[in-house]
Amino acid sequence: MSSATSHGRVKVDASTMVFKGIAVAFVSFLALLCIYPFLLMITGSFTSENLIIREGYRLIPSEWSVESYAIVLETPRLIGGAYLVTIILTVVGTIIGLFITAMTGYALNRKDFALRNHISFYVYFTTLFTAGLVPFYIMMVRYFGLKDNYLAVLLPLMLSPWLVILMKNFSKSIPDSITESAKMDGAGDFMIFMRLILPMSKPALATLGLFTALGYWNEWFFSMLFLSPNVPYRPLQLFLYNLIAQADFIRMNAALMNIPPQDIPSESLKLAAAVVATGPIIFVYPFVQRYFIKGITIGAVKG
Amino acid sequence: MTPESTYCSHESDFMKRTNACNELREATLSGSVEISTEILKDKSYRRKLVRKRIRNGRTLLLMCTPAIVFFFVFSYLPLPGIWVAFVRYNYFDGMFRSPFVGFENFRFLIISGRLWMLTRNTVLYNLGFILTGNLVAIAVAVLLNEVTNRPFKKVTQTILLLPHFISFVIVGVFAYNILNFEYGVVNSALRRLGMEPVAVYSSPNLWPGIIIFVNLWKGVGYSTIIYFAAITSINPEMYEAAHIDGANAWQRVWHITLPNLKGTFIILLLFALGQIMRGNFQLFYNLVGANARLFPMTDIIETFVFRSLIVNFNFSMGAAVSLYQSVFGFLLVLVSNWTVRRLEPDYALF
Repeated sequence: MSSATSHGRVKVDASTMVFKGIAVAFVSFLALLCIYPFLLMITGSFTSENLIIREGYRLIPSEWSVESYAIVLETPRLIGGAYLVTIILTVVGTIIGLFITAMTGYALNRKDFALRNHISFYVYFTTLFTAGLVPFYIMMVRYFGLKDNYLAVLLPLMLSPWLVILMKNFSKSIPDSITESAKMDGAGDFMIFMRLILPMSKPALATLGLFTALGYWNEWFFSMLFLSPNVPYRPLQLFLYNLIAQADFIRMNAALMNIPPQDIPSESLKLAAAVVATGPIIFVYPFVQRYFIKGITIGAVKG
Repeated sequence: MTPESTYCSHESDFMKRTNACNELREATLSGSVEISTEILKDKSYRRKLVRKRIRNGRTLLLMCTPAIVFFFVFSYLPLPGIWVAFVRYNYFDGMFRSPFVGFENFRFLIISGRLWMLTRNTVLYNLGFILTGNLVAIAVAVLLNEVTNRPFKKVTQTILLLPHFISFVIVGVFAYNILNFEYGVVNSALRRLGMEPVAVYSSPNLWPGIIIFVNLWKGVGYSTIIYFAAITSINPEMYEAAHIDGANAWQRVWHITLPNLKGTFIILLLFALGQIMRGNFQLFYNLVGANARLFPMTDIIETFVFRSLIVNFNFSMGAAVSLYQSVFGFLLVLVSNWTVRRLEPDYALF
């Protein structure tokens, strides 16, 4: 062991050391750039409004404050409702979407399924040519009447052609012999899927579920398009977006009406709300990261 | 060795028949006609097979039905709505009774220079994204691969991927914290240093750089994983041989790692070029929003279509730009996929 180490040391020449130094410095620098806004968000949310207005944002404020959290938590009805809506959308959408995606992906990978190529193309074509936003919007609002209906957010995000293709590729790693031998025993295709394939696909399901759930949690676009202030609670990201827009609006009007801007805690409040909205993601992120990486790797290799 | 062929070793009649059944399936699928005719002469058996095959397909088809319905409703059903691009849409007449104007909407978009500006912005931004994204991701993957300290690798990779997980709304908040005139980090620092603050949100020329940087910031971890996966698939014997030859890190990278990443790079590049007409609405809208002063440098097809729908209620203009984007985007994907197929058939999407 010790000889191997010393052998290694002898082999590491000066230029390699320089290279490693540059590598560590460069990657560290990028990592700092990536994490800096997060730290700024967290410390900013604990800074008093006055200090932000006097000195601007700083990574380490000279005085700490929890006043913005006090305000965020004072109106639990609003942020609580936003949380609830987003959690329900995420859970319901992910469970249904995952089940349908898994079922379709498995069926499309079955070599004895005569229509597999036709249906695969039918699914894939939706990524190639789209009608665009306007016809989609008209259909959802005028023909389906889904304005101010949570279904307008829940449904379009449920399936993604990419995830169906990803599941189809995942299914390739399950040997065909499992399906074949279950068929021998007289099991139907749906039973095989439910009893054998689903339990075996847990890693794939974790990855796909993660992609879908993340899509729902971060959803903002469809909420903004279809949910007006008439809905009782707006999903989390839209809630945050409106809070920011309102804060800007109030500040602009405060300036016009000669109200001193420090009387409106808008800056730190925004950040506190952002922390509350992002918190769950940052909290679960370290645990789910590896499933995510797996998904990217497989998705990148094919499809 | 296919699973079917393993059954051949069993001698029972049932197994043989199942095997033949599989063969028949495979053969009908692949279009070949070499089916063992002995069993097929048995008419009743053949009928049974066909029936079984249909029933078998029926369950699988049923399993696909929810997805088929989903994509029909949300992707195919809006297609006839493309018609809106050829009418002067008004709310009361609706989609199919508004006055038909032919290519008038397209003519207006071309003559006003709008279409050209949107195309230019969308394409140039995407080129910027592709270039910076791939270069930095390759650099990070290659450099990180040479670092032997595992915890360092793990922690930095985790941090680099973190921005991918947050919503674009949060990205907009971050950008505002750093760039705004009154309290932003940049301008606070400039003031402390006794320098003039920069009104970033009213200087359109700064925005291409900002948007490209933000996109890089959010996406670099993702592309790094792809290149990392490509590096791990490089045959380790090459590195061992280099080690024996006394190659240093620079030489390893230059002669082994980078040449081996060329394939991945070209494939990713081609696919990205196929998508070059498509913009990321959420990125642009959360950074720029309704700040019209920045539009000449920041308006892309998606943001224009969105405004024509929500702000200007000019549905037909939006639909026309979308149709133009879809048609050219479709052609570009076909070309890029065709090129990928020629270079690397395994990676072609279709």
